Amino acid sequence: MTFTAPVLSYSLLSPMLFLLAGALIGVLVEAFVSKAARPAVQLTVTLGALLLALMQLWQIRGEQSLTAAMGSVVFDGPAALLQASILIIAMISVFLIADGEHFAALPAALPGSEEERQAIQSGNQITEVYPLTLFAVAGMLLFPVANDLITLFVALEMLSLPLYLMAGLSRRRRLASQEAALKYFLLGAFSSAFFLFGAAYLYGFSGSISFSGIRQGIVGGGGNDVLLLIGIAFLSIGLLFKVGAVPFHAWSPDVYQGAPTPVTAFMAAATKIAAFGAMLRIYYTVFANAQWSWTPVLSGIAIVTMLLGSLVAITQRDVKRMLAYSSIAHAGFLLSGVIALNKAGLDATIFYLFAYGIATVGAFAVVTLVRDSSGEVTDLNRWRGLGKRSPFAATSFALFLLAFAGIPLTSGFIGKFSIFSAAYESGAKGVVLAGVLSSAIAAFFYIRVIVLMFFTDATEDGTSVEIPSILTRATVVIAAVITVALGVYPAPLLNFITDLAIFIR
Amino acid sequence: MKWLTLLMLLPLAGAAIISMLPKSMEKAAKQAALGTSLVVMAATIAMVVRFQRDNVDFQFVEKYSWIPSFGINYALGVDAIALVLILLSTILVPVVVLAGWNEAHGGRWSVKTFYILILVLETMMIGVFAATDVFLFYVIFEAMLIPVYFLIGGYGTGERAAAAVKFLIYSLVGGLLMLASVIALYVMSGAQGGHTFDINKLSELQMSSTTQNLLFLGFFIAFAIKAPVWPFHTWLPDAAKSATPGTSVLLLGVLDKVGTYGMIRFCLTLFPEASETFTPIILVLAVISIIYGAFLAIGAKDIKRLIAYTSISHFGFITMGIFAMTSQAQSGAILYMFNHGFSTAALFLVAGWMISRRGSSTISDFGGLQRVTPIMAWTFFLAGLSSLALPGLSSFVSEFLVLVGTFTRYPVHAIIATFGIVLAALYILIPVQIALHGPTTPGNEELKDLNLREKLAIAPVIAIIVVLGFYPAPLLKVINPAASHVITQMGFTDPAPTNGGK
Repeated sequence: MTFTAPVLSYSLLSPMLFLLAGALIGVLVEAFVSKAARPAVQLTVTLGALLLALMQLWQIRGEQSLTAAMGSVVFDGPAALLQASILIIAMISVFLIADGEHFAALPAALPGSEEERQAIQSGNQITEVYPLTLFAVAGMLLFPVANDLITLFVALEMLSLPLYLMAGLSRRRRLASQEAALKYFLLGAFSSAFFLFGAAYLYGFSGSISFSGIRQGIVGGGGNDVLLLIGIAFLSIGLLFKVGAVPFHAWSPDVYQGAPTPVTAFMAAATKIAAFGAMLRIYYTVFANAQWSWTPVLSGIAIVTMLLGSLVAITQRDVKRMLAYSSIAHAGFLLSGVIALNKAGLDATIFYLFAYGIATVGAFAVVTLVRDSSGEVTDLNRWRGLGKRSPFAATSFALFLLAFAGIPLTSGFIGKFSIFSAAYESGAKGVVLAGVLSSAIAAFFYIRVIVLMFFTDATEDGTSVEIPSILTRATVVIAAVITVALGVYPAPLLNFITDLAIFIR
Repeated sequence: MKWLTLLMLLPLAGAAIISMLPKSMEKAAKQAALGTSLVVMAATIAMVVRFQRDNVDFQFVEKYSWIPSFGINYALGVDAIALVLILLSTILVPVVVLAGWNEAHGGRWSVKTFYILILVLETMMIGVFAATDVFLFYVIFEAMLIPVYFLIGGYGTGERAAAAVKFLIYSLVGGLLMLASVIALYVMSGAQGGHTFDINKLSELQMSSTTQNLLFLGFFIAFAIKAPVWPFHTWLPDAAKSATPGTSVLLLGVLDKVGTYGMIRFCLTLFPEASETFTPIILVLAVISIIYGAFLAIGAKDIKRLIAYTSISHFGFITMGIFAMTSQAQSGAILYMFNHGFSTAALFLVAGWMISRRGSSTISDFGGLQRVTPIMAWTFFLAGLSSLALPGLSSFVSEFLVLVGTFTRYPVHAIIATFGIVLAALYILIPVQIALHGPTTPGNEELKDLNLREKLAIAPVIAIIVVLGFYPAPLLKVINPAASHVITQMGFTDPAPTNGGK
């Protein structure tokens, strides 16, 4: 028996390896460092790992390879762009996570138990959220670069499992948080099952688990189309679940609301990039030649997602739920970039993902600021008159909402314009029309919040705006600056994306 | 020298200066705003002097690449139409600042924020008329909603938040329809020799008549909401009633002109065939606006709503003039846009002073102002006469041109529209009679007449109304070549006068 040493191309895998190393160090820190020093050490390790990964990514941005990790991982321009977006967003999300106020002191203890009370009293704050974040980010980096179905599935689980846990870590309203985590886990498990089922059918169709093998099966024809269709359908369900597209969106409002807000921010922004990144690769390279079979369905899903997300958002009274439905609507907009199936669509989707992710983290960062004595205040009615109480919080939140609404001179407008024009170019005029229509609907509820903050008088109910740390403020400021900069002068980033974003297969 | 960019940067510089002032220095903020807007006005007049009036191409052209991957340029340039409207905007801003010296005090936010918003709005008003890149136009068209929204919602009176939201939602819906058309133009230009938003290049695009009709509608509805033309007008009375008088002047005087300006610049230029197809329907809408707006005005009990309704009627005239497709009507419409700005400004500013003195905007609360406050009453009267287009005042010339120009091609529409003039006499003279004449209503005896600042603010407006009423030639000489250029570009020739009226 001969043993073939695997070829791994460490340099291309190194961003992920740095993160995993950082995560493992984080676990050790958790065990051995004194509780006083722990938060600072964890924060340093996490940010350091993210920064190292980003720097390494910059070094290898121009590389193209199909053979990393024995052909399980592909590295190309879109991969570099998506991974960089995820890392940047993870970094500013970690700034939010660093405000330990949000997390349960001892998540393993029963809510309201004696054990929990003691943990709080002794100030013994568990900081396992940092390594969990790093594990999730590593999974997210792997997701859009996976080059076969097994790696794709491993990446999916690697990013999901830490997220399930993180959703349940909330310090306040622990039961709601745990319920959210359980819901997310159960539905996520279902979708993973669908995903695996689809993968099995695709293997049945092509006799291969590698993307190139499946693509050759599709291009060559002659396979059993029923197997292919079922395979595409079930694999898509798994992916659509992760991005929160209708009708697989039911989990997201509950999870967004229940999870600790920094985790919601991270999850909403980064998971979307990872999942859409994987979708782009799969639809643009593997399924591109079976376009006839999936574009009509995906167009339908995109239209329903945009309209339903915008319509239901109108009725929400809770700011986190509203943002959840708005993120569903945005998943629909992003799908129109996937449907476009052209170079413009690819560039536009990557730009949109980054711009939207940044604005999302910024918006949730503002949500963490509005508090009363029992923690965050997410009831929209109590956001009345925020503009008077804290012009900083209200103005920046308004800016992010305007970006979501796609008002010119914000990044959201450039994103919307580019993604819709790409979809129109590909002939998906119905999707564009639905997109424009739901943008109009969506504008309504974004503006309602702005009215609430600026044009109504505050009720005296003890709600106040607290800026817990310089890091949280930095998150808001960075997100706001990027949102405006990409709206006013997006040319450098757009050019960078256009030059780099070419899939290899 | 980059005139247009300079014009746009000046107000921004002023806004930056004001933003650095401490909140307590309210007077300094006002003075800075007034000074900045006067400088901008002077710069505009200097530009007008340099304008070559026989040249129908864009002048003062500037072009820089903005988003090259989409073929988007920061491209500016003005022809006579845009120039006249920029002139209107830059004259109105200092007038508004001076006239509404104290109107920022009842607001939700500080006085300085008010003036920052006004100056930012001025930059955008200049930019929206100067943009020759469709994308740039769209960006400013949408972005300028935001300062207006905060001006209405933050400094208005009564149901200001609701009015601001209504205004924003109507405009956004229109804007998004236009975005769909803009995207379609972009994609088609890509298929026909490279992505571009240059308005001259886009006007050469080949497209099927169905596409042209749909895209035309996207643009037209957006502009019809903005103008506003019946049945898209319902936001205007609410917005005008709730905004401060100064904001209302800018809203009706300048922002609504973006709608009618857009009809000429984009609807007619980009979609000449579709414009022709839809002309019959649009003319009917215009006539309805004229008559319906007038009737609403006659029935109005609130003085600010009344002025808003008269504007709907006037915008009907402007729209009719634009789509009558004769050079006379076109010149009339462009001149009307300019004149309407000043007659509405006069009406609104005086009405604003009346309201702030009396503390009520109901017409029947006034009475006998002629005796108590003669100067204010006379100014209002004169503004009203200009609004009803009395010969000798500026609006008469433009209304007459529109009617004559329309009559040569669409006599029926012109004749029905003429009733609008009769109704105008009613809707102006009735409130004049109630508010200015008759016995002095109890509570009005102590009202103060206009002070020096107010006189200074209104004087130039009245002067323009009177001078252009007697001698419109200088302005018409600038406008006429541009108007005939629009008509000939579309392939129309004016009907021979001997055949006029068949």
